[in-house]
Amino acid sequence: MSAVRSLESSKRSVGRSKPEWQLRLYVAGTTARSSAALENLRKLCETHLTGRYSIEIVDLLVNPQLAAGDQIFAVPTLVRKFPEPIRKIIGDLSNEERVLVGLDVQPGRRE
Amino acid sequence: MLHWCDIALTLAEERSLLMPAARKKPNEPTLALQKAATGIDGLDEITEGGLPRGRPTLVCGAAGCGKTMLAAEFLVRGAMQYGEAGVFMMFEETAGELAENMSSLGYDLAKLQRQKKISLDYVRVERSEIEETGEYDLEGLFIRLGHAIDSIGARRVVLDTVEALFAGVPNHAVLRAELRRLFRWLKDKGVTAVVTGERGERTLTRYGLEEYVADCVIMLDHRITDQVSTRRLRIVKYRGSSHGTNEYPFLIGSRGLSVLPITSLRLDHQVTKDRVSTGIAGLDAMLSGLGPYRGSSVLVSGSPGTGKSTVAATFADAACSRGERTLLFAYEESQSQLVRNMRSVGIDLLRWIREGLLQIHATRPTLHGLEQHLVHMYELVREFRPSVVVVDPISNLTMNTSDESVKPTLMRLVDFLKMARTTALLTSLTTETAAPLAQSELGVSSLMDSWLLLSNVAYNGERTRTLQVLKSRGMPHSNQVREFVFGDKGVDLIDVYLAGDRVLTGTARIAQAAQETAAGELLNQDHDRRLMALERRRAAVDAQIAALNAEEDERRADVEFSIARERFASKRSEP
Repeated sequence: MSAVRSLESSKRSVGRSKPEWQLRLYVAGTTARSSAALENLRKLCETHLTGRYSIEIVDLLVNPQLAAGDQIFAVPTLVRKFPEPIRKIIGDLSNEERVLVGLDVQPGRRE
Repeated sequence: MLHWCDIALTLAEERSLLMPAARKKPNEPTLALQKAATGIDGLDEITEGGLPRGRPTLVCGAAGCGKTMLAAEFLVRGAMQYGEAGVFMMFEETAGELAENMSSLGYDLAKLQRQKKISLDYVRVERSEIEETGEYDLEGLFIRLGHAIDSIGARRVVLDTVEALFAGVPNHAVLRAELRRLFRWLKDKGVTAVVTGERGERTLTRYGLEEYVADCVIMLDHRITDQVSTRRLRIVKYRGSSHGTNEYPFLIGSRGLSVLPITSLRLDHQVTKDRVSTGIAGLDAMLSGLGPYRGSSVLVSGSPGTGKSTVAATFADAACSRGERTLLFAYEESQSQLVRNMRSVGIDLLRWIREGLLQIHATRPTLHGLEQHLVHMYELVREFRPSVVVVDPISNLTMNTSDESVKPTLMRLVDFLKMARTTALLTSLTTETAAPLAQSELGVSSLMDSWLLLSNVAYNGERTRTLQVLKSRGMPHSNQVREFVFGDKGVDLIDVYLAGDRVLTGTARIAQAAQETAAGELLNQDHDRRLMALERRRAAVDAQIAALNAEEDERRADVEFSIARERFASKRSEP
């Protein structure tokens, strides 16, 4: 399954079975918008959640049956699987501030 | 059900015969719009075949007017009757709720799902869970729908209610663009889609979906008049096809939706020369000796206590004794009351009920609206397939309905029964007011083939029941008023009693008869007396003759004696 890719963020998460932040990004094919979303997400996670996150990418063109599970209707959609409750952010994640609000991440916790 | 289908089939056949251009042949390319039958009673008739195939149809209406039901039935019937699999994408109810709702109508959605005939997908759009950052589109929805369609090879799609997206998707500009793309995409996919939408204030739908779905728009309405609710359906628009343009009442019954079109848009039901007896010999005699035509409708109207129910029961009894199935709708009396009362005039309905020839359905007229009663009747007629239907009385059905809707509704009933070639006898209560009779007859008398009027004639301190035939199409009938009597052996008509130039009934008839009998007796006595007098005179004459004869004999004897004496004297004087 090349479509579902798990990106472990950094070496610090190795050894832990579950990272503190589990994120899943739903995209439809490799479009400019999905690439932008992934890029924005990576940047944001590296900045604010360094070492405490995992990102799973689901390409709905390859696995359309996965769309119903997380109630996806818009793409790209970022789903915060953990910590609960589940939250969803739709769009290319270009507005960092709103993504942080959406994920309920305290900004500026840099190391 | 089968019965109904037969009729629909013959209708379709006739239509194709009438319009050969519209006939569809598999090899010939046809210009006519292809349609996907919904299987919903009546809807296919007013749309002349169904919804436009391969195009989306918008079903709009206020909350609770049956949009989801219509959409679901379209899908389920498509899967079950027409072998077209379908995808139901819902935004408001969950799949479980829908399955539960549909199971109350006898549809097993879970089974259809297992058979891969139907796919249910609940799209939950929760505004509070969604944060919007930057650009996006609704490709996710397309992928889900496309996947569902492809996985079962669906030909039909329902989106119920796609407008829920407006609450969940903050950017309406994106949403509108995506909806436009969605409907285009559905057309390209070639699926027949039903999209539901909540009714707006000034527009057909709250978010103006009609802008995108322009092929066929059906509007549902739920109206309450005099505390009785009536659902109505109207086809606002049907691009590329003719359709019924009226508002048609529809109902959600125990078997789903049924729309009530005026069943025969054209008056072309087949008639027969067969006649049926009314069970009253005298009445048959008035209708040229044979009774009404089979499949015709007879209205019996009269004021209270004129014997309408008895005429109705006699009609039913006569049909049963011919071995025909009869359906009796009673809106005033319960079954047992009717059976008891009719037994008092010698009509035994119970044995027909036991034999299964007679079904009596007694309900309160206020139980449903008029349309609902009508649908109930339709269902029973289709189920039981009677050759005679009796409604006693039809006027009670209209108690709580505004006048203008009564006539078309009854017209539908009469038409329906005629199409089914069922002889109908409807009774109607008229009030004893000064209103002209024709007006008080709910305006249905013109629909009826025969119209009998029962009335009470109050004369000289008594009431007499009379019956007259006001009209009877296609046969000579008596114009006389007949007296109508109840006996131990049912009802009968007494021949008119003509005295001079008057028709006499009741006591007047009896008095006249007695008077005439007495007069006759007197005359007989007179004759006897005269004959006796003659006899006596003859006797007297005879006596006189005898006396004269005796006198004559005496005289003769005297003469003979004197002659003899003279001869003796002369002999002695000779020496």
